[in-house]
Amino acid sequence: MRFMMIVKATTDSEAGEKPSEELLEAMLRYNEELAKAGVLLAADGLQPSSSGVRISYPEPGGKPKIVDGPFTEAKEIIAGYTLIEVKSREEAIQWVMRMPDPHGKGQGEIELRQIFEPEELSANEETRAKIKGQFGL
Amino acid sequence: MNKSQTERIIDAIWRIESPKLIAGLTHMVRDVGLAEDLAQDALVIALEKWPEAGIPDNPGAWLMTTAKRRAIDLLRRKKRLDEKYEEYGRGAALYSEQDLASVIEDEIEDDLLRLIFMTCHPVLSQEARVALTLRLLGGLTTDEIARAFLTAESTIAQRIVRAKKTLRTKQIPFEVPVGEELKERLSTVLEVIYLMFNEGYSATAGENWIRPFLCQEALRLGRMLAEIAPGEPEVHGLAALMEFQSSRLKARVGVDGEPVLLMDQNRARWDHLLIRRGLDALERIRQLGRPFGPYALQAAISACHAQARTPSETDWPRIAALYEALFRLMPSPVVELNRAVAVSRAFGPEFGLQIVDELNEEASLKEYHLLPSVRADLLFKLGRFAEAREEFERAAALTRNMRERELLMKRAAECT
Repeated sequence: MRFMMIVKATTDSEAGEKPSEELLEAMLRYNEELAKAGVLLAADGLQPSSSGVRISYPEPGGKPKIVDGPFTEAKEIIAGYTLIEVKSREEAIQWVMRMPDPHGKGQGEIELRQIFEPEELSANEETRAKIKGQFGL
Repeated sequence: MNKSQTERIIDAIWRIESPKLIAGLTHMVRDVGLAEDLAQDALVIALEKWPEAGIPDNPGAWLMTTAKRRAIDLLRRKKRLDEKYEEYGRGAALYSEQDLASVIEDEIEDDLLRLIFMTCHPVLSQEARVALTLRLLGGLTTDEIARAFLTAESTIAQRIVRAKKTLRTKQIPFEVPVGEELKERLSTVLEVIYLMFNEGYSATAGENWIRPFLCQEALRLGRMLAEIAPGEPEVHGLAALMEFQSSRLKARVGVDGEPVLLMDQNRARWDHLLIRRGLDALERIRQLGRPFGPYALQAAISACHAQARTPSETDWPRIAALYEALFRLMPSPVVELNRAVAVSRAFGPEFGLQIVDELNEEASLKEYHLLPSVRADLLFKLGRFAEAREEFERAAALTRNMRERELLMKRAAECT
């Protein structure tokens, strides 16, 4: 089972402020723990939304709208992600609880989401069975 | 299975903490069976106390402290017994309270490494190594191991009991081998992990949920080993090989459950995250500046396929060269046969055929259907149809797989 741990942006991360040495150390150690347990798949930090771009489709079937960052609601923006492969949802929760506070000044927030298996993506029973078969599941 | 939420949480904690716990305890008490018992005792206490008192902030430390306490109790009881039987001299040599207190956090990696060298010790049978490793480093239950290998639970339980006993009676030391011995012993460890992987990988789709589970567990152990023994190139080689093979797991089976050969697979279904991880593992070997061993070479071959966006972009000359290097380390006729295929695709079927013809006398390949199958394909490409048909028919007769037989007979019929 794969899960994504999403680290939310803070006003500091959006302002391009680098995390403290302490925090960096703690995050490095945490990632090492994940790696040593053989559960780490990938982890990356994202640059602030000021250099980002947003594409939206306000009109169904219409052309996409492009807006340059920064985007205002820091809480709704993500600053990084970590992907893990574990045997249960409980295990994923155990790991996310061990992640160090990504901010340290009150805005730290991490969201844990499970990744869909390929065959779960369709609502149609027949399509699901087909995808399941095709993916050897 | 209706486990309470707390029980499921404790299961998860156990999976994360038990290998380190057992490794640290083995360091202290020098006996893997006793270590597991102490760890299990601590788990029982956790199952009693945590539902009410709540899960502690650092569950790993709690378990270790609890287990240590029981170990000290045991030691004291043993000392009293020894004093009682006036064998104090002999008993004191086992371990002291100081030993028990001395396990430092930093040593845990070394202890995990020592543990895996122990569970994979050559004094144990291959089956015992696999079962014991899955048990102590994987944290799998006896039931899970039994289902993975399609055996009875009692068989696995006995196997594990006997294995621990053997380690004890042969007084196998808790240590990481050094010098010349290290290479050989490491090879044993890698072999055990790869065996687990292949057991899981070779399972037919949908046959058994535990098989892909086994595959993943082997991959996890391989990744773990890469972190605790980062200086060993073959460790990264095996990890890379398993990442690449895992990346193709979902493309291997067709709509009707039939196996799909690598060259026919839909590459959009390859897991590119795992491919990336495989490539990173190979890069670590290069950074070590050490030569590529057999696993690393096999991984490098797999990498060639993984990096080809379409089958026609496959770097066959490179694959041929890698098989040649592999042959020098692993002079098996099967490797040579694979090299022949690569050579034929890189330089032309006549060159591949030269190699295959030399393999015709190989006793070990007499019943191997892929030899005539490959030969037939090459003859076909050279327009030698009568000979090709004969070889396709020979291959069809040798294979036990119905679908493959059909395919080969079809190709034989096309030889006109």
